[in-house]
Amino acid sequence: MKRYEIFVTGKEGIFDPAGEQSKRALANLGYQGIDELTIGKLIRLDVEDDVTEETVREMCRKLLANPVIEDFSITLLEEA
Amino acid sequence: MTENAHATVTPSGIEIDLSQVPAPVAAAIDTLDAERAPQIAVDLGLTLDEYETVKATLGGREASLTELYVYSLMWSEHCSYKHSKRQLRRFPSEGPDVMQGPGENAGVIRVGDGWAVAFKMESHNHPSAIEPFQGAATGVGGIVRDIFTMGARPIASLDSLRFGMLDKARQRYLFEGSVEGIGSYGNCLGIPTVGGEVYFDEAYEGNCLINAMCVGVMREEDLTRAVGSGPGNPVVLLGSTTGRDGIGGASTLASQEFDEAAENKRPAVQVGDPFTEKLLIEVCLELLQRGGFVALGDLGAAGLTSSASEMASRGGVGIDLDVRKVPAREDGMRPFEVMVSESQERMLGVVTPENLDDVMATCERWGVRCAVIGSITDTGRFVVHDGDLPAGQDIVADMPAALLADAAPVYDPAFRRPAYLDEVAEYNPYHLLLESTVVDLSAVLLTMLASPNVCSRRWIWEQYDHQVQSGTVVLPGADAAVVRVGLPGRGAVTNRGIALASDCNGRYCYLDPYVGAQIALAEASRNVSCVGARPAAITDCLNFGNPEKPEVFYMFKEAVRGLSDACKVMGVPVVSGNVSLYNESFSQPIHPTPVVGMVGIIDSLDEVCTASFKQAGDTIILVGETHDELGGSEYLKHVHDVTAGTIPRLDLGLEMDVQSTVRDAVRMHLLSSAHDCSDGGLAVALAESCISGHLGCEVALDDGLEPVASLFSETQSRILVSLSDDKVEEFEKLVGKHAVPWSVLGTVGGERIGIEGKVDVGLGEAAHIFDVTLEDLVNQVD
Amino acid sequence: MAATSAATATAVAPSVSVTTRRPRFGVVSFPGSNCEQDAVNALRFIGYSAEFVWHRSTSLDGFDAIVLPGGFSYGDYLRCGAIARFSPVMEAVIAFADAGGPVIGFCNGFQVLTEAHLLPGCLIRNENLHFICKSVVLRVEDSTCEWVDLAPGTVTSLPVAHNEGNYTCDEATLARLRANHQVVLRYCEPDGSTALGGSAPNGATDDIAGICNEAGNVFGLMPHPERVTDGVNGQTQGAAFFTAIARRIERGVAR
Repeated sequence: MKRYEIFVTGKEGIFDPAGEQSKRALANLGYQGIDELTIGKLIRLDVEDDVTEETVREMCRKLLANPVIEDFSITLLEEA
Repeated sequence: MTENAHATVTPSGIEIDLSQVPAPVAAAIDTLDAERAPQIAVDLGLTLDEYETVKATLGGREASLTELYVYSLMWSEHCSYKHSKRQLRRFPSEGPDVMQGPGENAGVIRVGDGWAVAFKMESHNHPSAIEPFQGAATGVGGIVRDIFTMGARPIASLDSLRFGMLDKARQRYLFEGSVEGIGSYGNCLGIPTVGGEVYFDEAYEGNCLINAMCVGVMREEDLTRAVGSGPGNPVVLLGSTTGRDGIGGASTLASQEFDEAAENKRPAVQVGDPFTEKLLIEVCLELLQRGGFVALGDLGAAGLTSSASEMASRGGVGIDLDVRKVPAREDGMRPFEVMVSESQERMLGVVTPENLDDVMATCERWGVRCAVIGSITDTGRFVVHDGDLPAGQDIVADMPAALLADAAPVYDPAFRRPAYLDEVAEYNPYHLLLESTVVDLSAVLLTMLASPNVCSRRWIWEQYDHQVQSGTVVLPGADAAVVRVGLPGRGAVTNRGIALASDCNGRYCYLDPYVGAQIALAEASRNVSCVGARPAAITDCLNFGNPEKPEVFYMFKEAVRGLSDACKVMGVPVVSGNVSLYNESFSQPIHPTPVVGMVGIIDSLDEVCTASFKQAGDTIILVGETHDELGGSEYLKHVHDVTAGTIPRLDLGLEMDVQSTVRDAVRMHLLSSAHDCSDGGLAVALAESCISGHLGCEVALDDGLEPVASLFSETQSRILVSLSDDKVEEFEKLVGKHAVPWSVLGTVGGERIGIEGKVDVGLGEAAHIFDVTLEDLVNQVD
Repeated sequence: MAATSAATATAVAPSVSVTTRRPRFGVVSFPGSNCEQDAVNALRFIGYSAEFVWHRSTSLDGFDAIVLPGGFSYGDYLRCGAIARFSPVMEAVIAFADAGGPVIGFCNGFQVLTEAHLLPGCLIRNENLHFICKSVVLRVEDSTCEWVDLAPGTVTSLPVAHNEGNYTCDEATLARLRANHQVVLRYCEPDGSTALGGSAPNGATDDIAGICNEAGNVFGLMPHPERVTDGVNGQTQGAAFFTAIARRIERGVAR
């Protein structure tokens, strides 16, 4: 078994209202010095060893991320 | 042509009186070179002739890059209606109730006691085909801004949707995503989504239709227009930051066919921020209420470009903007990017210097960004500055505002009657009638109730908050939604109402655009009449294919002619609307789909009727009569997969008589229920009244027609009513007075839907199929 | 509709002999609230005084009861109610509630109350992952809640409209809620029973639609009583969620 962590975030240039409003809320609470705040998704995927990273990438393109508005990155966490 | 020494006629036929063109402001401007400019113009979607016209309006010089972007968007089909404008002039747009006709952000009518209603429908087809959730969501956002811009508080939304058949995964994705997008945006704003329609047909497979309608209410004196005035007045931009999203978005997309090539032109998708929109509603209405704005307009397609130039041209003034004062979401944006960005949730306002502090403070209080980005001038020029450049060299665009907005080319495209129209008209479904005499008609009725175009829309409207604002009198699922008129937040609750319906049978329009479009009006009007409302005015959303194809343009022209003729006869003005062309994919145009959004007026909410049967023992009466008219019907399509035949005739005189009979009866409290007979015919209408009322019926249809025609023919001008025995006599007198055909069909009651000699179906079974079909279709797995 | 409110008024009359003070409700408006106008309208229809309280206010002086309305405060993008909970007014609401002042939150208001820890548990995404807007059947439970004017066992219906109405809490909290009679409303079948597998449209734990704090003065519920109070759609049953507390206030019992 191995575990992948997939981060899905908005594409460059795609507006992120959740990030924007959260950033403003933190500022309202008095926190200073925040430059950017982006909100995305973390997906944990445990797969059999013979599932390749290319396949995981395909899963992301097809379903887990919306390629029209989202980018994703894949990290292999542990290998059994 | 007038004799004028200063007049010049451009290659695209526009006459420009150069002596009337206001003088440029800029001493010098960095223009494109004469070699490259025409090519860039073509790349941006202008024709070479159109570019020559651009040059003429600029006094003969080449355009700058910013100017070229601005012109290309303003003169795109989406912003200029260059192919459709001449046809749209056919529509009647005046009437005693009309306060504002086409040409503003929305139409406005009076609804009594000093109350007025602003409404409009708009398409967001192309963005939704790329990203259904955000496309549909931002479609709602756009139309809502058009309404509160007028000073009206949005109180209801409707959505008219078209998709391919749900057996295809892509269609389910588009359908589910659009519904979720509409819901997420409207629900967050707190505007109830109270009605609309959805149709599924292969014709929309490559190009779904997402038409959103919004209705707002105000006091008559609150009406505000987007007319800029007062040189020296600051121009402010409210709401979201400006990013590169949607650059060349709606306006470019909606002006070209959507095919694989479009993948490369794919703009950054616009993401909706309903929270910011909600704040904009509140801040704008609060400020409008105390006269805070001289003018207010929303930023829709072509962003700042179109709202600023329209505001200036309507007011006959000039406008100066500095792109560097526009709050940017991204670094390094070029002036043209700022000007054409379609970032959502932004409003452009003109304020007096005295009011500026109040506007800024009110925005601050609501947490809405507000920046002064320029001012109104007396130059008649639309001038764009780039504040990063040295003074004196900072003007990047200097255009005559009026000509930019109004001198867009207007075309009379070629048209040709499509050959298929004769073929489909010759189709005679008679053989199917004979064959069907031996089949089980009860089973056919159940099959019809499981048609995606007939079954309950509950799965959709349960995802929409249809009750927020506590003004929804008649819930979704009825012939028309009924919403109370008033502003509860300002302590004004009335007993007046408006009835809302949207309609269009694209299949009818494909088979006969003239009559099909008329039926869209007749049916919308019949729907509001069924709840007891007087049809007052419409908005429309005309969805067609590529107008540069003669066959497509013929269909457009005929539909517009049909709709406008019917509007004139019925006395219903068209007060706002939208045209969406190039709805094609892989060269296949959609069914012509001129959607009608109707507003009806209800003087007293005590006089409202719904479609469900109310009590056992009531007499069921059909107002109108059934003919053998199965051509183009849902029966032919759903049961036999045939889209052909002659569509039902429409006698507008009879239609109006039938509607006024029912309206009068509702007003006289004679009716327990009233329901329009449309898709699926009388049998489906009966079943729907039974299912929603949890009551069966026993009826006999003695119309002398073949059983299938009797049950499923879609003859127009029919309304199914039920009433208690003690009211029948008075009702008979009323129908006699209106001289409309009518017949007693039977009585309400029992646990079965019984149609003598034809149908005997258990109410529970019918209700179950009707209820779960849509959900099952959505959840199917390939 | 008028009949209902008149009937309520008559029923109340004998016990109001001591004082005839009209209860004054404060309806908080957060940025993104969208049911605050409905709430004010409903309360005024019953005959109470109701005014908006801006989210930046720090004082609730003069109000007898506080309403946290429905809507999408701050867009609810991060987590429902999470940002609204830090509005300046919430410190005052917490102090008001701690002092025994009556507070009701419906829909988003309920979510804010849980984020502010005035009520235990939280509201997560509906089980079917869809927004749900429909009329639901509810059973009034035997609770300490000061707000409900209906006898335990009464079956009523109210509209719901939410995306995150799935009440969730840990076992220990659930046990406490039950033991302390803090479950005020449960989703149920039309006959008042609970369906096998539950009757909640949203997957709520133990079919919970509304709970109160131990003292009974703070009440959170997902349904919208304010939408069925002024009779616009022929319904007035929502009034029963405001009349009991008003009577306590009129009698000088509350706070």
